[in-house]
Amino acid sequence: MIPAAFDYIRPASLEEACRVLAEADAAGDDVKVLAGGQSLLPLLRLRLAYPAALVDLGRLPEPRGVEDRGDHVFVGALTTHDEVLRSGVVREQVPLLALATATVADPAVRHRGTFGGSMVHADPAGDLPAVALALDCVFVVRSSEGEREVPAAEFFVDYLESALGPGEVLLGVRVPKLGPGWGFHYEKFHRTAQAWAIVGVAAAVRREGGTIGEARIALTNMGPTPVRARATEAALRGLSPAPTGDGDGARDQVRDACGQADSGTSPPADLHAKPDYRRHLARVLTYRAVRAASG
Amino acid sequence: MSEQLDAGLIAERIAESDQLGEPSGAHEVGRARRRKEDARLVTGRTTWTDNIQLPGMLYMAFLRSPMAHARITRVDTSAARARPGVVAVYSGRDLAGEQGSLPCAWPVTDDIVIPDHPPMAVEEVRYAGEAVACVVATDRYKAADALEAIEVDYEPLDAVVDMTEALAEGSPLVHESGNRAFTWKFAGGDIDAAFRDAPVVIERTYVQQRLIPTAMEPRAVVATTDGDGFTLYSATQIPHVLRVMLALTTGIPEHKLRVVAPDVGGGFGSKLQVTAEEVLSLLVTRRLGKPVKWTESRSEGNLTVHHGRDQLQRISLAAERDGRVRGVRVDLLADMGAYLMLVTPGIPLLGAFMYNGIYKIDAYDFTCTGVFTTKMPTDAYRGAGRPEATFAIERAVDELAHELGLDPVEVRRRNWITHQEFPYDTICGLTYDSGNYEAATEKALALFGYDKLRAEQSDRRDRRDPVQLGIGVSTYTEMCGLAPSRVLGSLSYGAGGWEHASVRMLPTGKVEVVTGTSPHGQGHETAWSQIVADALGVPFGDVAVLHGDTAISHKGMDTYGSRSLVVGGVAVLAACEKVKDKARRIAAHMLEASADDIEFSAGSFTVRGTAEGRTIQELALATFAAHDLPDGVEPGLDADATFDPDNFSFPHGTHLCAVEVDTETGACAIRSYVAVDDVGSVVNPLIVEGQVHGGIAQGIGQALFEEAVHDTEGNLLTTTMADYLIPTAADLPDFTTDRTETPATSNPLGVKGVGEAGTIASTPAVVNAIVDALRPYGVHDVRMPCTPERIWRVVSEAGPPASGSGARAGAASAEAPAGTSAEAPASAPGTASAPGSRSGSDSGSGSGSASTRAPGSGEATSSSEGGAR
Repeated sequence: MIPAAFDYIRPASLEEACRVLAEADAAGDDVKVLAGGQSLLPLLRLRLAYPAALVDLGRLPEPRGVEDRGDHVFVGALTTHDEVLRSGVVREQVPLLALATATVADPAVRHRGTFGGSMVHADPAGDLPAVALALDCVFVVRSSEGEREVPAAEFFVDYLESALGPGEVLLGVRVPKLGPGWGFHYEKFHRTAQAWAIVGVAAAVRREGGTIGEARIALTNMGPTPVRARATEAALRGLSPAPTGDGDGARDQVRDACGQADSGTSPPADLHAKPDYRRHLARVLTYRAVRAASG
Repeated sequence: MSEQLDAGLIAERIAESDQLGEPSGAHEVGRARRRKEDARLVTGRTTWTDNIQLPGMLYMAFLRSPMAHARITRVDTSAARARPGVVAVYSGRDLAGEQGSLPCAWPVTDDIVIPDHPPMAVEEVRYAGEAVACVVATDRYKAADALEAIEVDYEPLDAVVDMTEALAEGSPLVHESGNRAFTWKFAGGDIDAAFRDAPVVIERTYVQQRLIPTAMEPRAVVATTDGDGFTLYSATQIPHVLRVMLALTTGIPEHKLRVVAPDVGGGFGSKLQVTAEEVLSLLVTRRLGKPVKWTESRSEGNLTVHHGRDQLQRISLAAERDGRVRGVRVDLLADMGAYLMLVTPGIPLLGAFMYNGIYKIDAYDFTCTGVFTTKMPTDAYRGAGRPEATFAIERAVDELAHELGLDPVEVRRRNWITHQEFPYDTICGLTYDSGNYEAATEKALALFGYDKLRAEQSDRRDRRDPVQLGIGVSTYTEMCGLAPSRVLGSLSYGAGGWEHASVRMLPTGKVEVVTGTSPHGQGHETAWSQIVADALGVPFGDVAVLHGDTAISHKGMDTYGSRSLVVGGVAVLAACEKVKDKARRIAAHMLEASADDIEFSAGSFTVRGTAEGRTIQELALATFAAHDLPDGVEPGLDADATFDPDNFSFPHGTHLCAVEVDTETGACAIRSYVAVDDVGSVVNPLIVEGQVHGGIAQGIGQALFEEAVHDTEGNLLTTTMADYLIPTAADLPDFTTDRTETPATSNPLGVKGVGEAGTIASTPAVVNAIVDALRPYGVHDVRMPCTPERIWRVVSEAGPPASGSGARAGAASAEAPAGTSAEAPASAPGTASAPGSRSGSDSGSGSGSASTRAPGSGEATSSSEGGAR
């Protein structure tokens, strides 16, 4: 398919980008920020989006790269998925991000697509928003007015809608290191390797003695935004995750707790799954994710 | 880096690497030569249709109907004409006087309804995606933009989506003549006798879902004219057939029309077609006098490349208690879509002769009704009718085995034609010339570790493991090498099935081969070179193969139906024999010997018992000079041959698939896959291996992933590859492949064809494995594609598994056989029904019922627990 005509602007700096975006907003122009293009270009080609202009940040030197900042890891918005995957800091300090990023699309897309682009696109079927939500990441947003911080819980507003305002761009994301005792898992259920998740579960579990001290669970594609499985998180606290023999009470309790994983969700219906199946998958996959993260 | 992109260098390296470890002077036929065409393909140095740029070229874009069925009440192109860069805009009405009707070459019955099929809709659209107008502009962007300025008013008409409903009284009509295109019947033996008092009758209904062929290269067309003649470049499988058909359709005289298929990136049958866009490109070029190009997008292709499969199959087996099949009855509905395209009605007939599979049966009865719906027409797709037939019989034989408590391999063994029985005349009137089903099956079982996997399956069943193991068997044969012309004539096909070849000896001793086949990924340049190298005793590298341009290859029947080697390759060999005969006479003259005393070996003609001789290269030069030729011999060693086969060829094989089904999520993973194919003698094992791998992948695609889905209004929902899923390497297991070689007796190469085998065999192997995994849950069918959601629904509706390895009868489940609406809970417990009746689940569940009855009792009894285990 061929996109409708649009203007193309390639600012030389982030400051210029913010200015261009602010001016466009003031003029009432519909502009879109282009980074890796792996989500936006298909929308343009299918003529599902008709922006007046694209502001291409793809060749800016920053914000790009992964930085260890003590209690958190900062990931620049323009860092590609492939760069995230190759980062030793990510693998060691925030492994959940590495686990989820490895499941994003395919190598070609991961070489082009950016970490920040995936977040701002705010597709609830994307893998990274659930990770950000599970880890309580903090989004750092820049505009001509300066910087502001948005917690993950407020960043994903609706289907394909983030908290970015007019004239704002995402600078990067602070990914908290959760410290010792935490285990992680990203459980993705999809039909082919490149396909979006029918349901995904990002889980972080802290072991405390022989029990689950804390669990953070976020679900991919179970509603218009990624969503925390709060009821399950609460129910898991204090349970023994240890895999023991059949009929063991503690084990069944974890399964019971995960049976609430879909509560409060509003899963979509599409060609790959109807809502009741998604709810079922959320329960089963949450159980598997929690077991893997606490194992 | 530039070195890596040098096609010549890569070709050299490929050739060098081929020499490694190969003794010089070895026969070329049988060598795993790497393909000589690949260097230019993988470096992008070749010409695809979309690469062609001509001076003054214009670009076409089509406005397509957003509705499945509507009357066109107004088309206003004036605003689009005013857009920048727009040269012309045409509606169907503008072209109505000259566009003719797209051809159907296979009127399968005398009373078949072949509706008028305008390349561009004039008064009515009958599928979503049908062209209603086109823009011609100076670049493709301007053309695409101007489409949005065309105004079309539609008066919606009722869509006809479901075949069964289409045939019901009072259904909305696709064409005024009704929704039934034809009913074709075929029978052999006494079917009533076979079913009368049959101890076991298996009745099933299977849905062959609609598939989208998804060739890697989208369709593309370039049309140009010099004011007198026309040239059409097209990503087509059939340049020769296309030329004839376009001449008949457009009125451009055949001798003024050249058709070129440059390198073509796959077809799988989808480019065996005369398309609307090809006709319209020629018409527009004729009007404007300028070259035009059109290349489809993937979404446009999903809508408007002809689709494949889409049949509703009712199959009944009558069998003895020992598993021997007495008779097979098949009642088929085949979705034609909105129109009959080139071979649309013939596709199910290609399967009609294959429902007996590899088995000896006494009676057969086949009925096929072609049904019009408001969807894209169906037509050839890899296997074309034969995968459908093989699926139904192989699924039904597994059901029979389950019903009788027998191992599925054992039931096949009790029914198949043994190797001593060839040639074997089947109940369908075919003569299977050769085969050895026992050998292929034994080899496959050994490679698979069948007994060990059965033991593991039993263990998992006993443990009630949430991940169950299933084993699927598929033994297949297919009719390949389309086709003996007289047989095509008897089936009312509009052309013959022969193939043509020319072999030209050039003065320097090099060889040009002109073939009527039209490769689009099959590697004919390599395989034909191997055949010629052996036949003429020339180096492999001294042979060039020319194809795909009617100005170079003037005569041919093109490439489809696993025919190219079996018919076209044999024609090449026959032409080589003629070259040799002529060379022998000239050598005898030069050596002053009798032609009878001339021996040919390794490229040299020598006088028997002497060392005196001439090489074929020397003879080529001498013939070019023509200074001293025998009387009556024309200069030149070139020869033509046309081969028309006497019989089809019958590849066969045994495929075994092990799947793990996660009953908690419905996920299904293929754990191992073994394919032992017998494609006769092999010219190039590497190419055969590639065909088998690709074929299996495509068959797995149907089993697990692919389905063209329409909503109740007839809109295609799977227009992108995010929705129409095809498997990639990451989604497939390693395939273990091997071969047995039972040469075909119907051609001198002993070859049988391999293009479709993998696709035909793999789909039932995978589905049989999934159903086998779920037998403890009482499941006896899962509708294709076996998606996780479908498997989960089938399992959760069936309830908890029966204990142990004994399978539970009853509660099978599947969804409604056709239509798009309900994934409704299936009902249909496995009720027993009287043999021959179609009660019970046919009405809704899409699976069917097995019935057993005590011999002579005449009363249906429950089939629980089948037979002895």
